[in-house]
Amino acid sequence: MTSVPHRTAKKLGLVIDLDICVGCHACAVACKEWNSGGHMAPLTDENPYGADPLGVWFNRVHTYEAGVGGNSRTVHFPRSCLHCEKPACVEVCPTGASYKRAEDGIVLVNEDLCIGCKLCSWACPYGAREYDYDSGTMKKCTLCVDRIYNENLEEAERVPACVSACPVSARHFGDLGDPNSDISELVREREGYDLMPEMGFKPVNKYLPPRPRRNKVGDTGAPAALDSAAPLSATHGAETSSNPLLRWVDRALSR
Amino acid sequence: MHPALSVIIFTSVTGAGYGLLGLMCALAAFGILPGNRLFGLAGFVLSFGAIATGLIASTFHLGHPGRAWRALSQWRSSWLSREAVLSILTFGPSLWLAKGWILDGADPAAAPWRWYGLATAALSLLTVISTAMIYASLKPVPRWRHPLVMPAYLLLGLATGGLWLNVLLHGFGLAIDDLAGAVTVALLLAWLVKIAYWYSIDRAPGRYTAEHATGLWSQGSVRQLEAPHVQDNYLLREMGYQIARRHAGRLRRLALLAGLGGPIVLTIAAALLPRWGAFALSVPAAGLAIAGVLVERWLFFAEAKHVVTLFYGAERA
Repeated sequence: MTSVPHRTAKKLGLVIDLDICVGCHACAVACKEWNSGGHMAPLTDENPYGADPLGVWFNRVHTYEAGVGGNSRTVHFPRSCLHCEKPACVEVCPTGASYKRAEDGIVLVNEDLCIGCKLCSWACPYGAREYDYDSGTMKKCTLCVDRIYNENLEEAERVPACVSACPVSARHFGDLGDPNSDISELVREREGYDLMPEMGFKPVNKYLPPRPRRNKVGDTGAPAALDSAAPLSATHGAETSSNPLLRWVDRALSR
Repeated sequence: MHPALSVIIFTSVTGAGYGLLGLMCALAAFGILPGNRLFGLAGFVLSFGAIATGLIASTFHLGHPGRAWRALSQWRSSWLSREAVLSILTFGPSLWLAKGWILDGADPAAAPWRWYGLATAALSLLTVISTAMIYASLKPVPRWRHPLVMPAYLLLGLATGGLWLNVLLHGFGLAIDDLAGAVTVALLLAWLVKIAYWYSIDRAPGRYTAEHATGLWSQGSVRQLEAPHVQDNYLLREMGYQIARRHAGRLRRLALLAGLGGPIVLTIAAALLPRWGAFALSVPAAGLAIAGVLVERWLFFAEAKHVVTLFYGAERA
């Protein structure tokens, strides 16, 4: 049966820092590059140089604007498989092709058993699974299972391709089941969160929220005069400045 | 959700097939239907034909139809697998009953045949319920995880199957007025459930938002600034399907006209006519009902919204 292990010895996963991700898509490209020849290869592209290309990717980087006006910010949001503890994709799989590994919690697809019914992609709220129209099977993130245990690679390279490629270290890899691991420490410190916890699938991957915005003088060490020139937030402008001359100028000009 | 023709045909035609098989076997077990051999042959051929058509149609949705047998293995957790197992289990008692009824000329209301009939009826119902549960169990599609989805599948399957049973009875001159009446009531009930479902989804704006999906609600409202890719991907093809509200309204009215209005008028008219006239009206009644269910099933997919679209700029799902 598609039995999901009650406990896995490890909970390998990623922690993605939304505060420092710059949205360069290097993770997505490195993932595509590695996995085009990796465990679930090929990641087929259809009509790649044509007018309407279509292809399988494990990693998609969205960009959002969160908040309104001066307090809004750009958040780059890499989205990939979260290797849930209770993966709906595994439970709905009618063939047992989808499975969760008891030893490390990685969710994988056995391409030789998959019938391509696509039900797992319907069951996943995170859009982690993409159907390969060419192979007729479902493809998904393998957490680079063929890198992380690969003794042919330098030890420093035994991390998922996306983690290795990230130029700003916005992606971290480790055992989230071990409360003393560096990555668990990071999640605690930065109050990492689950995506859509109300679905009950208990994602292993965590997202670190953007740090509070630093709009105020002193937050950034910028001089007060520069701050007053910023029209973003009136309450931090000249009328609240500590310089009495500036306050007077502001009052005079506001009349 | 993308309305795939294979799945639409699968759910509507197998629904009617199991409805017909279940009703015919249950009514025969209680001695309400005559144990006429030719009638039995026609009934089993029609219901097995519909079931086979639907099951074959469903394999066109698969990337590897040749591996479809593997779907029988995961019945402990997957509704799709349960559906596959139950659909095949139903063939056991029903084929045995068909042999007794048609070849041996046995009375389907007498033991042991009645037990095979009742088992067939129970398994038919369970199969239609599992078909519905494939959809009704999916949390990321709130319009499918709705308490009226399963009753609608079950009632529409029974009502459309009942209309085909009525066709057979008229054809063999064995019509039962009470049965035609019961089928009409079932049809009315089925579409009332469907109307209640539409009313309910129109008034529920969708529980989930982009703030929910990204978990960025603490930052304020979330708007898509830049999509991850400029062309479609599988997710947008499969889950991003959208239908204009105006079109949905028209199609709902069309579904009601074909699935409810037409069959009811024709079934009542048939009850007032002599045998062949009644038969001539009962056929389009059953055909129209199937057409109505096909439209309804198309809408069931087209109107369903998947939460993954929230990552791609959808406001609610």
